[in-house]
Parts: sequence; C-alpha cells; structure tokens
Amino acid sequence: MPGLLSKPAPPSEDKRWRIVEATMRRNGYAPHALIETLHSIQETFGYLDEASMRYTAASLRVPLSKVYGVATFYHFFALKPQGKHVCVVCMGTSCYIKGAGTLLETVEKEYGIRAGETTPDGEISLLKARCIGSCGLAPACVLDGVVAPKVTPENLLERLKELTGQPAAAQKNGASKP
Amino acid sequence: MNLDELQKMAEQEREVKEGQPQKIRVCMGTGCVASFSDRVLQALNEKCKEMGLERDVLRLEVGCLGLCSNGPLVKVDKHNTLYQHVTPEDVPTILESLKEGPGEGDICPTDLPFFTRQQKIVLENSGVINPDQIEEYIAADGYLALLTAVSQMSPTEVIAEITHSGLRGRGGAGYPTGLKWNTVAKAPSEKKYVICNGDEGDPGAFMDRSVMEDDPHRVLEGMAIAAYAVGADQGYIYVRAEYPRAIKRLKTAINRAERLGLLGKNIGGTPFSFHVEVRVGAGAFVCGEETALIASIEGHRGQPRPRPPYPAQSGLWGFPTLINNVETFANVPSIIRRGAAWFAGIGTEKSKGTKVFCLTGAVAHTGLIEVPMGITLREIVFDIGGGIPNGRKFKAVQTGGPSGGCIPEQFLDMPVDYDSLKSVGSIMGSGGMIVIDDSSCMVDVAKYFMEFCMSESCGKCIPCRVGTAQMYHLLQQITAGEATMTELALLEELCEMVRDTSLCGLGQSAPNPVISTLRFFREEYLAHIQERRCPAGVCPITATEGVLSHA
Repeated sequence: MPGLLSKPAPPSEDKRWRIVEATMRRNGYAPHALIETLHSIQETFGYLDEASMRYTAASLRVPLSKVYGVATFYHFFALKPQGKHVCVVCMGTSCYIKGAGTLLETVEKEYGIRAGETTPDGEISLLKARCIGSCGLAPACVLDGVVAPKVTPENLLERLKELTGQPAAAQKNGASKP
Repeated sequence: MNLDELQKMAEQEREVKEGQPQKIRVCMGTGCVASFSDRVLQALNEKCKEMGLERDVLRLEVGCLGLCSNGPLVKVDKHNTLYQHVTPEDVPTILESLKEGPGEGDICPTDLPFFTRQQKIVLENSGVINPDQIEEYIAADGYLALLTAVSQMSPTEVIAEITHSGLRGRGGAGYPTGLKWNTVAKAPSEKKYVICNGDEGDPGAFMDRSVMEDDPHRVLEGMAIAAYAVGADQGYIYVRAEYPRAIKRLKTAINRAERLGLLGKNIGGTPFSFHVEVRVGAGAFVCGEETALIASIEGHRGQPRPRPPYPAQSGLWGFPTLINNVETFANVPSIIRRGAAWFAGIGTEKSKGTKVFCLTGAVAHTGLIEVPMGITLREIVFDIGGGIPNGRKFKAVQTGGPSGGCIPEQFLDMPVDYDSLKSVGSIMGSGGMIVIDDSSCMVDVAKYFMEFCMSESCGKCIPCRVGTAQMYHLLQQITAGEATMTELALLEELCEMVRDTSLCGLGQSAPNPVISTLRFFREEYLAHIQERRCPAGVCPITATEGVLSHA
C-alpha cells in the first residue's frame, strides 16, 4: 500500500526538521513517540506552532486534537515563541517562603508583564517554575538557562538589565559590568 | 563481562587510584554550579597548567557534597579539608595547601553535625566518584550486586532478600518493596516492564535529581536487579524535563554500561537481557502518580485511571509493570551486596534503612542529607540543620510537599519514620523537608499548596478539579480578611469531601496541608477571620478589593 508509506512533508524547507524526523524514525513513527517528538520540536525551534503540530499528527497518525491536548496539558511545552531572554522565577516551597512572590511582583511591575507573558519588544519572557530543585539556594531564578542563587529583588532587576544590555537604572550609573 | 572480569576490573581500578597523585574534588552538583563552581574548576585547571602541576594534581568533577548553602565546595583529599564559598581567587591558596597543609582559606569544619550525624547508603558515592566514569563506579563495587544476582541467585532469592531487608517504597507511601516485586513476578505474562519514577515533582525536593546526577549507575543497577527478579527485559526511566543534567548523565551511563555488557543483551554472559530507555517528562506534577506516569510514557496526557487493576497486573501497554522510585532502586544494590540483615539493622522496627531528605527553608545549613530512619526531627533541624538563623523562632517542619502536612514544635522529638509522620497528619513523602520560622503565615503556606494542587489537577475527576479551586478561593478570602466562620466551616467540609472522593493520590492528599495547619495552627486562621489580622504580617489584609494573586 504505497499510500500508507508516503510520509507527510515537513512544514518548511528548514533543515532542522531533520532532527525532528530522526526522533520520529528512532521511535518507528509510533503514536507513543508523541511527547518525544514534541520535545524534539521545542528543543529545535523553541516552541510548538500549529504547522508543527499538524505535521506531528500526520506523521505519527494521531488526531490533531490529541496532539493539541498533549501540548497544552504539559507545562513544559510553549505554544508561543519566547522572548530573547527568559527569566524563570522558581516558586518552589523553599523559594516561596523566602520571598519568591516578591521577586515575581517586582519583575511584573518593572516590565509591565505577568508570569507567562513576554514584553512587547520581545526582549524578556517571564515564567514561573514549580520547583527547579535548587532549594538549598532559595530563592532562586533561572536567567537564560543559568541558575541564579539567593536572589533579591534589587539584584534580579540589575541582572535582567545586564542581560538585555539596557543601561542600568539611575542609581547604578557607571557600575555596569560587561 | 562476567563476575570474575568485573572483580578484576574493580581491583585494577582501585590499584590505579592508589597510585594516583593528589586529588582535589570540585562539587559540580546543581547547587554549587549555580554558585559558579564551574568557574572554580576552570581556574583550577588553568592554575595547574601554569604551575606545571597537571600530572601531579588530579582535578575531579564530583556530584553533590551536600552542604549546598555553603557552596561552591572544594575538597582536598590529602588533608581532608573542605573549602567553602570558594571563588576562582581562592585557587592559589588551595594549591598552596598541598605543600604547606591547610592554613588559610574559608574552611568548612567537617566535624559539624551536618556531616557526622549522617549515614550514607544511597549517597555513598555522591561527591566521591565522577558520575560520568563507569570505571569509578565499578571500583566502588558497582555492578557487583547485579552480576552476583544474575549468576548466583534465583529471582526468588533476590525477592526474598529484598523482602527480608524491610525496604519500603521511598516515593512517599511506603509500600513494602519486596511485596510489590513479588506481585509482578507472579503475574503471568511473556512481557513485563520495569519503570523508574524520576518525576520528582514536589516543590522543595531534589534528592532524586541528586541521585540520578551523582550516581546514575546505582539507579540503573537497581533497576536491572529488579528486572531480573520480576522477569522483565525492558525498562524506562521517567525523568522530569526540568532536570537536563540528570537526563544527560543517565543517557551516558546507559551507553557506557551497555558497552561493557552490564546492561543490554546477555548481561554478565547469562541469558538475562535488560534494555533501559530514558523518557523525558514534560512538567506535570500528576505524572508522579503511577498510572498517570504510565499514560505519559505511552504518549498520552498524564491522567490517572482507577485502580485496580494495579500496574503490577496491568501497567504499561497492558503488561505487568513494576514501578519504583529512584531512591528505592538506589537502595537495592547495597542490599544485595551487603545482605538483608545488614539493611534491616538500620532504622526502626517498621521503617528500615535510611532516608534522603532535602533540608531547606529557615535553617542555617541547607542541603542534601541522608539519615537513618528513627532520627528525631529535633536532631535534623537543630543539630544537622544548625537551627533557625536570624534569631527567628521555629514554627513548623513541612514534609511531603503538597500531599503532606506541617509538623509543629510539640512533635519535634518524634522519630522520623513512615508511621509516626502519618500519625501526625503528614507523610514521609519523597523527602522534601522545609523548615518554617515565625516569619511565615501558616494560612498563606496552606494557600500556596492549594494553588499548587489546583493548577496541577489534571481535570479528570470533579472533586479534585472543582474542589481544589473552591478551597483555594476560600483560602484567598481568609488571607484577604474577607471570610467569616461560615467560610471556615465550608473549607473543612470540602477538605473531607475532596479527600474521600478524588480518583488519585493528588486529589486525595490535596487537603492535607489545610487539614494539618487547621489542626495545629487554628489560632492563625481565627486571627485572620475574627480579628482581621495576619499574626506573621504576611497577608495583605488591608487590601479591600481582592488580593494580588498569581493564580
């Protein structure tokens, strides 16, 4: 049956789709490879868009509704592109009792976004994590993939400004680090 | 590789190690890396090169040394000195100490109760071996238990050994491990699976991550022994996506072990084969529940299903499946190697062995500890943890995460074991132990956990989906100073209802933090309701039009 053997084409010419393709092939295009495939897409492209979910559904022969269901069920999958820089505030118990709530509020106020949102200029995405497992260093944040231990509202804002390359606030004139 | 070859290799490795030069161990646990121990290592490497010491000083990347709050930690073997808060600038001092002996530098006393009161089984290799080198694990008698089991013991004998050891599941509920293995072994089926639950979702717990990162082979060996005992040939380790380092280490470890014939086909030259794959979770707390975890491995949404049938009868793809937690598997090689009697000699009558806890929150020394069962909470908090810093007063210890409870001061002298913790309305849980001082409001803590359960509810059954949201709403009203005694009565009624009627453990235990804080800290609830004040000054009671929430 040649019809069953024909593979759906990737959403674009982008060569990185080969990575995703390889993940599916390794799992024999089995429906249970769905989560693995979505991981592979997110790792490669940063988030899951509609085209990529349609492609996954067709390749693994699962309903699109199921792909969407799984993608939205798990917190780890993002359906929107993230900002250039990502700030994750850990809301684990140790971090929470050591003031993670204040950290989150501080960033929310400073940048006018809420957790889960990205600034309109696409510079910073603010996320909260359930627990990043750095409880011994609470409160902790993750800035662009690097864990920042024992964070205070002041040094968090300072580090975010360093990340985005914006001149630091008035009180920190001349002290900016490379 | 068979048993003789393994022992020979271990012997050789140990000889090589004997003849090795000075060793400096740099902690590369997540805690220390977050405090930039990678920069310390880099500086150490550069300095050694500069001083021509490359061959004389062996620099080892090791797993967690335990005392995360004082990181980065560097250990010098020669004079057994532990340096704390190390920066790249301290590197010359440390290298100098190899000649002069320890003098200067920020030295962490190793006779602290934090170190001396611990007893290590699961963590015996943490901070000692390089997790990426299988040879180091073998030199520490690694895989000896597996090859002994497959070549000299019958599956029944292995199960008997585990049963006699008294090992109970370390995931939280404390189900006897031997009994579980026996059920799976007896299930008639051609195909069986072994699953390792590494979906450590409890906020405030990171011991499974440490075990998987620091000693991945120990977990794999435990799984392989279990597979041999129950008759499985395929295994999965389900790890949270939030633990990329653990995933990488496990994948490397599987690869190395397969190359030496310690995993994969015909292990140790016997007919027994066992293949392991890593499956990456995607951030859903409910996947810690075994049936939800199985659904997730099968590629579905992680929603639990009613039990029975239990996974031991019908699990992954309908086949009998053994699911144990990371720490449970990590105990297995030691039990087989050193015998059930040795293990049963540690701990209390009904809780054997040790337990790894993540001691965090309001204590002086935070980090990873492994203590014998039966130790008191007071010893953990005040001796090992060094007490409450900043002149604050102890208020409670929270164990078991969102499924557990808060234990107040009057129970500090209670022994830590499954049954005692349960008797005061908490649970052992996976091992998070968060110390709370008087600057925290217990109603706020209960609200925090309820928010967690509400957003982590998978939505399948109504008591959990709707009940947790209603309870969260009531707690919000209380913390905002807008509640009356009617709301409190409603909250208590809901607690019982959700506990009794939810489908899985998440819902059944979701009310626990509320129930236990109501039991021991009722006056704080009453202060919010009747006096419209928060005794700890945490809740913004003055806010009239709703409280800022991050729901």
